[in-house]
Amino acid sequence: MIENSQTPASAAAKPQGNLFSPNLVGRYRWDFVFKTFALLAIVFALVVLVVLLSTTIHDALPKLDFHFWNENSFLRSFPSRKPERAGIYSALVGTIWLMVLVSAISFPLGVGAGIYLEEFGEDNWFTRFVEINISNLAGVPSIIYGLLGLMVFVRLMEPITGGRSVLSGALILVLLILPIIIVSTREALRSVPDSIRLAGFALGSTRWQVVREQVLPMALPGILTGMILSLSRAIGETAPLIMVGALTFVPFVPTIFNNKGEFVGITNGLQSQFTALPIQVYNWVSRPQVEFHNAAAAGIIVLLILLLAMNSVAVILRNQLQKAR
Amino acid sequence: MIETPSSYAAADISLRAERVSVSYGSALAVRDVSLDVPKNKIVAFIGPSGCGKSTMLRCFNRMNDLVPSARVAGKITFKGQDIYTKDVDPVSLRRQIGMVFQKPNPFPKSIYENIAFGARINGYQGNMDELVEQSLRGAALWDEVKDKLRASGLSLSGGQQQRLCIARAIAIQPEVILMDEPCSALDPISTLRVEELMQELKEKYTIIIVTHNMQQASRTSDYTAFYNAEATEKGGKVGYLVEYDRTEVIFQSPQKEATQAYVSGRFG
Repeated sequence: MIENSQTPASAAAKPQGNLFSPNLVGRYRWDFVFKTFALLAIVFALVVLVVLLSTTIHDALPKLDFHFWNENSFLRSFPSRKPERAGIYSALVGTIWLMVLVSAISFPLGVGAGIYLEEFGEDNWFTRFVEINISNLAGVPSIIYGLLGLMVFVRLMEPITGGRSVLSGALILVLLILPIIIVSTREALRSVPDSIRLAGFALGSTRWQVVREQVLPMALPGILTGMILSLSRAIGETAPLIMVGALTFVPFVPTIFNNKGEFVGITNGLQSQFTALPIQVYNWVSRPQVEFHNAAAAGIIVLLILLLAMNSVAVILRNQLQKAR
Repeated sequence: MIETPSSYAAADISLRAERVSVSYGSALAVRDVSLDVPKNKIVAFIGPSGCGKSTMLRCFNRMNDLVPSARVAGKITFKGQDIYTKDVDPVSLRRQIGMVFQKPNPFPKSIYENIAFGARINGYQGNMDELVEQSLRGAALWDEVKDKLRASGLSLSGGQQQRLCIARAIAIQPEVILMDEPCSALDPISTLRVEELMQELKEKYTIIIVTHNMQQASRTSDYTAFYNAEATEKGGKVGYLVEYDRTEVIFQSPQKEATQAYVSGRFG
């Protein structure tokens, strides 16, 4: 039984004399200095971006045309020895194949692993071991993944992947972005307040019911953001694709139809050889003719537009999901 | 004969704790608590912070299972059945012993979905609309929300949210409702509504409520358990049950000096 000996009077002792010097002018000056600095940082970043974009667009103008209804346009033509006839078609289709495959494979794997580690896995040596390795994998240079893919997907798994195929390329990109997806999935799950989980458990839910019905819907916008960020990284990767043997001159596209327009099975497309936008751009840049440099710039613009389109879809989806609450 | 919690026949006892101790890792949090919770009564757990009353509450529906380091020793029975044996499944136990938390925590879904969720996951076969209405009426919330069942549960005021959480808890038709400081985040008017609601609920359910508000304990409960904490040699605190009796006895003529000091406000 401890009596509270502190009296209100002693607790609120008043300071003697004026010990404060507000110095408002000085404090506002620092406000101004920092604000200016932050503004300059933004301006610098924007100026660099604008210069880059405008020179690229300037270079691309002679080559870039969006007349995709015209069979001889840049978007619809295969690469060619003659710069005036060179087009981006096979690279664009290759990149779209890659993106679709990469999202379809990496989403269930990455999100599943993230859910396991965050919601189901207990804190033991196994999960800690997995966590450390995931962080390490996120830092591995992409060329190393390329070497791994060459060995595993192109050589060992050739009967399934068909060797230097679009499937092998997609699998290697999946490996590359998996750590990022897992980490961002866990971040998103961690941002769901524990009180929601407790509420679910208190109503007699199993862990999967809590995750499926409550936690996952709340975390989905964050998960999608992570997903799109990692896809944006994958779409620009060149090195690992070169390692698994994406070609630089591809006068055909992966297809699930034969030349009579009949469906011949998805494997046909998956095991087809391919190229991708960054590889095509890299190839054109290394040629001596200026016309090819223009084609490279135009390829960059196409890649940028694709990237922007993907990001906008993600933003729209996220906003829709958040509104649904 | 004066009616004390221990004078009940075994059939009228809902929950019984026998020498229960809870520890987190190597730190003992509560030691040696024994008490009986009679059916259709409201039992209040009071005591200073860190005395283990919330910890004890969470033992009754095995929420402590979710804390990996938690260990429960002793025996807790629900209607005579030991709830910590292997053949009692915590998921089905929690359906029978519901819980309302300190901070209102509705799901970020519609009011309707908040109620329907528990019923759906537990395989409810009946008419869902009826169950939602009946649960909301049971929680004295129906008249306020009947025209906006599709609105988000988060659009309600704090007091309404807490009653929504109570409605959600009674929708799965439990026998016991555990309330962990259900009014600490509410204003006095909302608090009063929840207290009135508790009086109605006790017709059907057994209620255990943890509260820091001694007026609330004396107003609402039939029995009161006073917990206290003492310092351990390792510098931690361990809670224990000081006294458990009818609420009038605890507040007017407690047996222990510590209880007297606490309820009269001279301590804590």
